[in-house]
Amino acid sequence: MEIDFSFYTWDLFTNFLKKGFIFSLQLTVVATLGGILLGTILALMRLSGKAFLVVPATWYVNLMRSIPLVMVILWFFLLMPSIIGRSIGAELSAYITFIAFEAAFFSEIVRAGIGSVAKGQSDAARALGMTYGQNMRLIILPQAFRNMIPVLMTQTIILFQDTSLVYAIGAYDLLKGFEVAGKNYGRPIEAYLLAAVVYFVICFSLSRVVRHLQAKVAIIR
Amino acid sequence: MALELSILCKSTLEEDYSPTCFGTTFYQFLRGLNDQTYLDWLLQAWGWTLNVSAISLVLALVIGISVGTIRTLPCDTWLRKILVFVGNTWVEIFRNIPVLVQVFLWYHVIPMAIPILKSLPSFILVSFALAFFTSARIAEQVKAGIASLPKGQKASAAALGLSTFQSYRFVLLPIALRIVIPPLTSEAMNIVKNSSVAFAVSVSELTMFAMQTQEETSRGIEMYLAVTILYVLTAFSVNRIMGWIERKTRIPGFVAPNTGGGGH
Repeated sequence: MEIDFSFYTWDLFTNFLKKGFIFSLQLTVVATLGGILLGTILALMRLSGKAFLVVPATWYVNLMRSIPLVMVILWFFLLMPSIIGRSIGAELSAYITFIAFEAAFFSEIVRAGIGSVAKGQSDAARALGMTYGQNMRLIILPQAFRNMIPVLMTQTIILFQDTSLVYAIGAYDLLKGFEVAGKNYGRPIEAYLLAAVVYFVICFSLSRVVRHLQAKVAIIR
Repeated sequence: MALELSILCKSTLEEDYSPTCFGTTFYQFLRGLNDQTYLDWLLQAWGWTLNVSAISLVLALVIGISVGTIRTLPCDTWLRKILVFVGNTWVEIFRNIPVLVQVFLWYHVIPMAIPILKSLPSFILVSFALAFFTSARIAEQVKAGIASLPKGQKASAAALGLSTFQSYRFVLLPIALRIVIPPLTSEAMNIVKNSSVAFAVSVSELTMFAMQTQEETSRGIEMYLAVTILYVLTAFSVNRIMGWIERKTRIPGFVAPNTGGGGH
């Protein structure tokens, strides 16, 4: 069988890939933002020192981190209809799953980020009479997030790669787009090759950006 | 919605429950059937998961440690420059392509270029994919481990007249490999979890079992629960074993570097 790249055309993109590409990007962005928000809440719960907040948050994070993502995707897809009360599509289920799953990983990053802020900062804030909320919002979190930017972005790249796993529930993402295109043109091999190249180019360039940021963004401690 | 775990004792062929939960030879003999229960199938699936994980882990460690070490070589000759470049390229390629895409490459594309791979069963191809993917991550950890060693180690090895090979063999690697055990532990656990992508090429491992039996029995929750418990159990065991190795080999005073990896 010969390799034939002649079907790599703009039509291929508009007919098969565009829809999946947009979904993969949207899923990445929504899961990153939602995951960071929920992850920050989880991290603050774990750092609060109050058992009724620490215990459930710790359990949640450890549980999510010890189950394969594919199984988490399947679990949510199975359970969502009975929780919500009506069937939802694979795409919506993927959004919810990825926010819930990534929150566990982002919370670990946020926790480490908060830990990276010098203790004197929080002492000084308390000495100025700031409440816990003010201290977190005005002093700790802004510095912590700045330190975290490179790691958060690395996690986002991994998240983008992981979106391909929605294959398990048949959602139409970028990889699915390549697969469908390969089947339609009868050229699955070339389609998978192109998929690998496209994912590589996106992830590699993003990781270059992260490396660049790493040097620039860090606060000297 | 009550859990019906007895579904695991059900025969996969008939509306019948095995009293022992296993479709034992004796049970088959009595019924004159070549039959198995869902529990039998589940355990077989677990076996495939362990198989794929073990093969990939061994391969990933061998490749990852080699590539990681090569990347730290001093660039003083053109041969070493090429080696370092190849090592760096290796890591970038296998780290920046999603593992599922790599599985498809190994299953559909690479056997076209290397026909001998066509005769291999799919669980071996998946293991290759997983091993190469993880080797890039291990190479990063090993490189960071070697880089984190005090400069004096390398310098004193040179001062003692050790060749580059000798200084790696007797001075740098014995320390570096010990301090990267904690990050390698999480990579080993990741391999167990990532082996779930084998479902995509129909290896009958745990995730495939979960998907198939969910459709077949419509007792998805029970099946998913059983599979999830086995995954957690496996990952936890790997964690304990690596912890044991870490304690046995620990050098007091050295702390593993934080390479800030993240990942699943």
